[in-house]
Amino acid sequence: MDDQRIAPTRTASVEQRTDAIQAVMEARGMQPGAAIDSAYQLAEEEWVPLNGGRIVAKAWTDPAFRQRLLANGKAAAAELGLSMPPHHRHLVALENTADLQNVIVCTLCSCTAFTIIGLPPEWYKDLDYRARAVRQSRTVLKEMGLDLPASTEIRVWDTTTDTRYMVIPTQPPETIGWPEDKLAAIVTKDAMIGVARLPGT
Amino acid sequence: MDGVHDMGGRQGFGPIHYTPGAATFHAEWERRANALYGLAVRHGIFNMDEYRHGIERMDPRHYMGASYYERTLTSLATLLVEKGVVTRAELEQLAQGFVPLSAPAAPGRTNLPNRERFQPGDRVRVRDEFFAGHIRMPAYIRGKTGVVVRETPIYPFPDAHAHGVPAEDEPTFDVAFRSEDLWPQGADSALVHVGVFQSYLDRAT
Repeated sequence: MDDQRIAPTRTASVEQRTDAIQAVMEARGMQPGAAIDSAYQLAEEEWVPLNGGRIVAKAWTDPAFRQRLLANGKAAAAELGLSMPPHHRHLVALENTADLQNVIVCTLCSCTAFTIIGLPPEWYKDLDYRARAVRQSRTVLKEMGLDLPASTEIRVWDTTTDTRYMVIPTQPPETIGWPEDKLAAIVTKDAMIGVARLPGT
Repeated sequence: MDGVHDMGGRQGFGPIHYTPGAATFHAEWERRANALYGLAVRHGIFNMDEYRHGIERMDPRHYMGASYYERTLTSLATLLVEKGVVTRAELEQLAQGFVPLSAPAAPGRTNLPNRERFQPGDRVRVRDEFFAGHIRMPAYIRGKTGVVVRETPIYPFPDAHAHGVPAEDEPTFDVAFRSEDLWPQGADSALVHVGVFQSYLDRAT
């Protein structure tokens, strides 16, 4: 592809490769600096697990919203002002019960409802989780600190299309009656991936 | 393609490196790599299926040893070269060293014939096919039988969309498989739900 190229003997570091790509984009007028600043802001301030927490809190407290969420997650999220990228065409909310644990994985890459539950944590993208979550679900959850009774059914959701998933954890009994904003704050990213339950549940 | 990226059910892997509330990024360049690939997608240089396939086409030894964001970086560099945004020589001059790129893609394909519209409760069998391009059918469901739970929205057909091949968007189905059927005597009991494109499915007889 490059007749003039003499392959260098030393591999450029990841930082050097990133710098080079950024320089190319800069030279092509793509304004990568602004995109990087914007990505920092999105990751830190907008794509936060509190978004999903708000959805969960409303589902716990508003039965009509819960029904709309289970029927069409993306539309229900939009009711709360929460958006998803255009290529994420559908959001499926998966409701846990005392006897059912839903858990999300992407065996082929790292797909996540990142605008809703936040960008995926490192372990979610690791080869170990991707290889084992579908086949050794109960063992993996136990290793991660979630030791489920044998009577609890496990459903694993492999994110192979651009439909996205989020888990609705069961509500801790002592939080019943709390206001929505206080409830939203107790919902963790890991509980919405389904590898953890909330305290007391 | 039956690449090493297709991790579901592979054995030999160990404990999950889990810490509650784990970070997404470690180094500053990782945030930049993530932002730059998103910028290229927004500029229409490549789509998400091309991006994913750029990762899948990495040298398997490199894929297994690379960090997540090094895989992002490798697909981004590969596609910028393949799309003619930059030559590899220029990129390597700027990077002051060798820039690993992914292997060339095999040809894509359009939607498959004889697609059926399945209903919830229908038993379906995943087609026993081996396709060398981008495909979103994890190998662990190939040839396996499951039950349609619901139809989910139409999406661009990955096998075409990653290769610039014209195709119709097609329905996807939430199909539930029993782990005991996927890995007889070799799995924890669970229902495994997979989003499956219509082209990958036949009615089970």
